Amino acid sequence: MIRARGLTKQYGPKTAVDHADFTVVPGRVTGFLGPNGAGKSTTMRMILGLDRPTAGDVTVNGRHYREFAAPLHEVGALLDAKAVHGGRSAYNHLLCLAQSNGIPRRRVDEVIALVGLQTVAKKPSRGFSLGMGQRLGIAGALLGDPGILMFDEPVNGLDPEGILWIRTLMRRLASEGRTVFVSSHLMSEMAVTADHLVVIGRGRILADTGMRDFIDANATSHVRVRSPQLGELEPLLAARGWRVESDPDLSLRVYGAGSAQVGDIAADHAIRLHELGIVQPSLEEAFMQLTEDTVEYHAGLPEPETPPGTPPDAVPPGGGGRG
Amino acid sequence: MTAAAAPAPAAPVRKASFGNVLLSEWTKILTVKSTFWTLLAGAIIVIGFSALWALAFTTSYDQLSPADRATLEPTTPMQIAFYFGEVVFGVLGVLVITTEYGTGMIRTSLTAMPRRGHYLAAKALVLGGVVLVAGMVVSFASFFVSQAVLMAQDLNGSLGDKGVLRSVIGGGIYLALIAVMALGVGTLLRHTAGSVVAVFVILFILGIVGNFLPGRWGETVNKYLPSNAGAAILSPGTPGNSLSPWTGLGLFALYTAIVLVVALVLFERLDA
Ligand SMILES: Nc1ncnc2c1ncn2[C@@H]1O[C@H](COP(=O)(O)OP(=O)(O)O)[C@@H](O)[C@H]1O
Ligand SMILES: [Mg+2]
Repeated sequence: MIRARGLTKQYGPKTAVDHADFTVVPGRVTGFLGPNGAGKSTTMRMILGLDRPTAGDVTVNGRHYREFAAPLHEVGALLDAKAVHGGRSAYNHLLCLAQSNGIPRRRVDEVIALVGLQTVAKKPSRGFSLGMGQRLGIAGALLGDPGILMFDEPVNGLDPEGILWIRTLMRRLASEGRTVFVSSHLMSEMAVTADHLVVIGRGRILADTGMRDFIDANATSHVRVRSPQLGELEPLLAARGWRVESDPDLSLRVYGAGSAQVGDIAADHAIRLHELGIVQPSLEEAFMQLTEDTVEYHAGLPEPETPPGTPPDAVPPGGGGRG
Repeated sequence: MTAAAAPAPAAPVRKASFGNVLLSEWTKILTVKSTFWTLLAGAIIVIGFSALWALAFTTSYDQLSPADRATLEPTTPMQIAFYFGEVVFGVLGVLVITTEYGTGMIRTSLTAMPRRGHYLAAKALVLGGVVLVAGMVVSFASFFVSQAVLMAQDLNGSLGDKGVLRSVIGGGIYLALIAVMALGVGTLLRHTAGSVVAVFVILFILGIVGNFLPGRWGETVNKYLPSNAGAAILSPGTPGNSLSPWTGLGLFALYTAIVLVVALVLFERLDA
């Protein structure tokens, strides 16, 4: 359990985290979603006692992180996979972490096997690929078999295989009843991994809700209609007071209407329809809508990864992980 | 502990002792190559320069003035060699912490060992211990090597001579203190290059600057400069322009403690 109350961090005049209140509870993957520069990493550093809050407070299992004598038994964190001394072998790196917390040597071998680094464990970590570095970081996080796990942008720069591996791992850790807190600026990633969302923009917590609730609250479904006679159909729909937007692929998005109503109008005027359906809003849309004015770096927002036409609600909230 | 005090879901709080942190730092210092290389470099410079200076003195002894001959002690070559080689032991002290900052390892370390006072203390103790052992070896080796060379002109002394054993043992302690002071400097500055320059200035440049200070006050200030205070331990006697051996080394230990305390206070306060 992680609890932040009024958590604030200022770097000079810049407020990186602004009175953040949120709670991360066990048994589910809580996604920490926000564009680049929103304050995710800063928040995580404060949780781990690395950065000192300017104001407010954050506790882990009811205590401040810096009071822990052997924190690896309670919290495992991966902030930056490159945060290791490259000259030290993976095994020795994990060994000194283990020793500092009174964790037996055989557990080092266990976590190395768990992340699949056996063949390179005795090699200096500076030669590791990003994916191997990520596995080493995760091995370190798992050393103490902790009940709380935190990952900062764990899939950044990974190949598809690595991404799948991390997703599966996070889902498994949560299903074992652990608290999993994972940040990302990629909405598509959150959509497939997280059950619960803490959304941050410009340092402020914008939402702390379930995935489905978040989408429902922040975006509305619409009717998608495709027709060779859009020019005739559009004014008819607009005349009913519905908001109509046209898409480049010769389709219309009709907000506020039911698909039956749209179909009936088309039939009444002998307009041919090639497609008609309800489109559930996606996390992307909900997020865009919510953060419209809080996005710090627009360039940092990725394009939605789902191709147009893919039902965005293909991933149910809290649904079992893929793979 | 009363059972009533504990809230229901609280897991037992695991404890790790200071010994665990010491063990971890011990593994850390032994598992990077820079430890080996800096100690080797320091040993080669100190022992090698001791031999070279001893050779210089024996071959040019006939040309020395009586005054110069009078100030020549069996430990003189070693004293000169220390002045050139001691900075290398400082470099090791710097690297122990700045490589953690440079790589980001410091955040991984402090995530595992969030009690920063313990963390820095363990680092200082392990570093001090390692350099104390290595420094003793270097100090004794440089003494014996230089004596072997000095023997050619019958200039050599022995550990039994007055003040010599103390000088040689003190040399080892001095090197350990240098490393720990450099750890403090590295903790304050965080960058390898900047910290190495700072240590170089403290141990090498200041000593040269001190020699040029004019007048009585200049002489006084010179005595209290870190490298001169620390090096006082290397003289079997107490030359007129220096502090007495243990006072000098004690002062250097005090400087080290001050640097370390300031470093610790900032280390506790500042973001990692
Ligand atoms: N050590 C620091 N000094 C100054 N500014 C910082 C520091 N760390 C982060 N920031 C600033 O704080 C804001 C939040 O950064 P960060 O927490 O890294 O965001 P995120 O992880 O969500 O991308 C950014 O504007 C960043 O530039
Ligand atoms: Mg970040």
